[in-house]
Amino acid sequence: MNIHEYQGKELLRKYGVSVPRGKVAFTVEEAAKVAKELGTEVVVVKAQIHAGGRGKAGGVKIAKSSNEVRQYAKELLGKVLVTHQTGPQGKEVKRLLIEEGSKIKKEYYIGLVVDRATDRVVMMASEEGGTEIEEVAEKTPEKIFKEVIDPTTGLLPFQARKLAFAINIPGHLNNKAVKFMLGLYQAFVDSDASVAEINPLVVTEDDNVIALDAKFNFDSNALYRHPEIKELRDLDEEDQKEIEASRYDLNYIALDGNIGCMVNGAGLAMSTMDIIKYYGGDPANFLDVGGGATTEKVKEAFKIILSDPKVEGIFVNIFGGIMKCDIIANGIVTAAKEIELDRPLVVRLEGTNVDLGKKILNESGLNIIAADSMADGAKKIVELVK
Amino acid sequence: MSILINKDTKVITQGITGSTGMFHTQQALEYGTKMVAGVTPGKGGTEVLGLPVFNTVLDAKKSTGATASVIYVPPAYAADAIMEAVDAELDLVVCITEGIPVLDMVKVKDYMKGKKTRLVGPNCPGVITPGECKIGIMPGYIHIPGHVGIVSRSGTLTYEAVHQLSQRGIGQSTAVGIGGDPVNGTNFIDVLKAFNEDPDTYAVIMIGEIGGTAEEEAAEWIKANMKKPVVGFIGGQTAPPGKRMGHAGAIIAGGKGTAKEKVAKLQESGVKVAPTPSEIGSTLVELLEEKGMLEQCITKK
Repeated sequence: MNIHEYQGKELLRKYGVSVPRGKVAFTVEEAAKVAKELGTEVVVVKAQIHAGGRGKAGGVKIAKSSNEVRQYAKELLGKVLVTHQTGPQGKEVKRLLIEEGSKIKKEYYIGLVVDRATDRVVMMASEEGGTEIEEVAEKTPEKIFKEVIDPTTGLLPFQARKLAFAINIPGHLNNKAVKFMLGLYQAFVDSDASVAEINPLVVTEDDNVIALDAKFNFDSNALYRHPEIKELRDLDEEDQKEIEASRYDLNYIALDGNIGCMVNGAGLAMSTMDIIKYYGGDPANFLDVGGGATTEKVKEAFKIILSDPKVEGIFVNIFGGIMKCDIIANGIVTAAKEIELDRPLVVRLEGTNVDLGKKILNESGLNIIAADSMADGAKKIVELVK
Repeated sequence: MSILINKDTKVITQGITGSTGMFHTQQALEYGTKMVAGVTPGKGGTEVLGLPVFNTVLDAKKSTGATASVIYVPPAYAADAIMEAVDAELDLVVCITEGIPVLDMVKVKDYMKGKKTRLVGPNCPGVITPGECKIGIMPGYIHIPGHVGIVSRSGTLTYEAVHQLSQRGIGQSTAVGIGGDPVNGTNFIDVLKAFNEDPDTYAVIMIGEIGGTAEEEAAEWIKANMKKPVVGFIGGQTAPPGKRMGHAGAIIAGGKGTAKEKVAKLQESGVKVAPTPSEIGSTLVELLEEKGMLEQCITKK
């Protein structure tokens, strides 16, 4: 789960990590009010969307008067920002972060991830602040420094010191940088984050070490023990169909194609998309109905797929292990009858109770095209939506 | 022969009184697995499916001589259950549970250092040596005993591959689901090593997916060490970057972990990669024919 920059900064503040003073605003009036409270000469008006590259897309403005704050707030609220991370359709700005301007001396990068190679949390630091870490890793990997963190001790001060020196944060600010990194690590583990990126971390002219941006992603499997983080979820940032699917514990991801897919198991669901593409089609979604699906769940999955107007045909690919084919078949029949299915449907069933499943489909009176294998099914649905 | 488990493996179920644990224990018993006990804290002294239930893993081990355990405990308690089994010094722990917080698994991995237990999973279908022992949630009847080893990050894709083999009469030595989580107990290389050393495994199918670099590392290991033919498949060739595709570990992050990269690495290492999941079986058949090994791999006419 992602959160906004202002929420990330509020989290950091609780852990003693320095961030600029500032607050969220939903309207022009609120923006002006926050700016007045801050009382600083320069105020930054920052669009809050769950995507990077906001600066380049014109989503960050420097205001030097209260009029300018109003002007920029008006300009940004409701604007659709297109960055390299939003996709061509962009994202509408509904919230702004109004914060004090900082006199930047130099920018750095600090990030935390769960590293799969070492099975531990790793802190990464670089002198190339403001640039995406992927780009730094590509062009100048020698400029990225890493410390692998022992989960029993946590990030140790010497590790933070090493990183701060390695990326050339001025020596007299080493203590401040260490305090920053220790606080960031604690915030990360306490909230079960999976990624935290401070890009840039800046050293200011008045000798402070502060987080000018904050990006957090949290482990959705751990949200049950962090109700305060769960509350930060912004449904406006998510696909409506994905929200609906999560309500029924379905794994759904919207894509751009026209063939809806319903599959059991993540690996098979991914490969079903692949095989559709292989035979010249385009998947409209990823959908894993999971191992313990009920008729009800299958029905909801079906409705979600059909609510996408781009979908011109559906491919159901089930290998029944725990999930029995007759349950899937019943779900399909119930859903298809209820929603008056008007688009071609290809079903491939295999595994537990397959004969019973096929019988239910055959006797339903519905126009369902049966497939013998994954390849057969993919070819058939691709042909049908052409 | 087989790897990890065989007809003599004595297995306990952690979380046996839950509905999932009970259902799959029943299935394992029907398959012929030597299930010897269950563990549910607070329910020690009772009996489920004719098996004694114990309060702790250690009690169950002492009373039954179990060497392996399977975990169906809910995600919030699963990490603790794994560590309890490790502390009891079982040889093998198979964790089926999906949805364990990743930082819990970071702790588990740290706890396991220097201990004897092998963990398979979490978030996996389990391990099966056909005809001998089934630990996990895979449908037993699709398997037949034989000489092809399978290692996979995905459950249903494994069933798909097994089914394709069985239909051609090609049996399996052992199928190991290593799971779809980013931090897990057993990786591809661990299983490949075991298959390489198992005289009864003649060829191997390796099924990977997007995210992380485990397949790339396995490819390097195969290039340097593998004596047996390997067929590969990678799921997620059309997955968009930055999205978690169902499995916690299936995500292309920072341009890394793409299917394209993995396929290229495997091919470089001499692995024959199936173009679609429907062709995993036929790709293996082709490879076995090339090597003149098809006959010896057909175990059911």
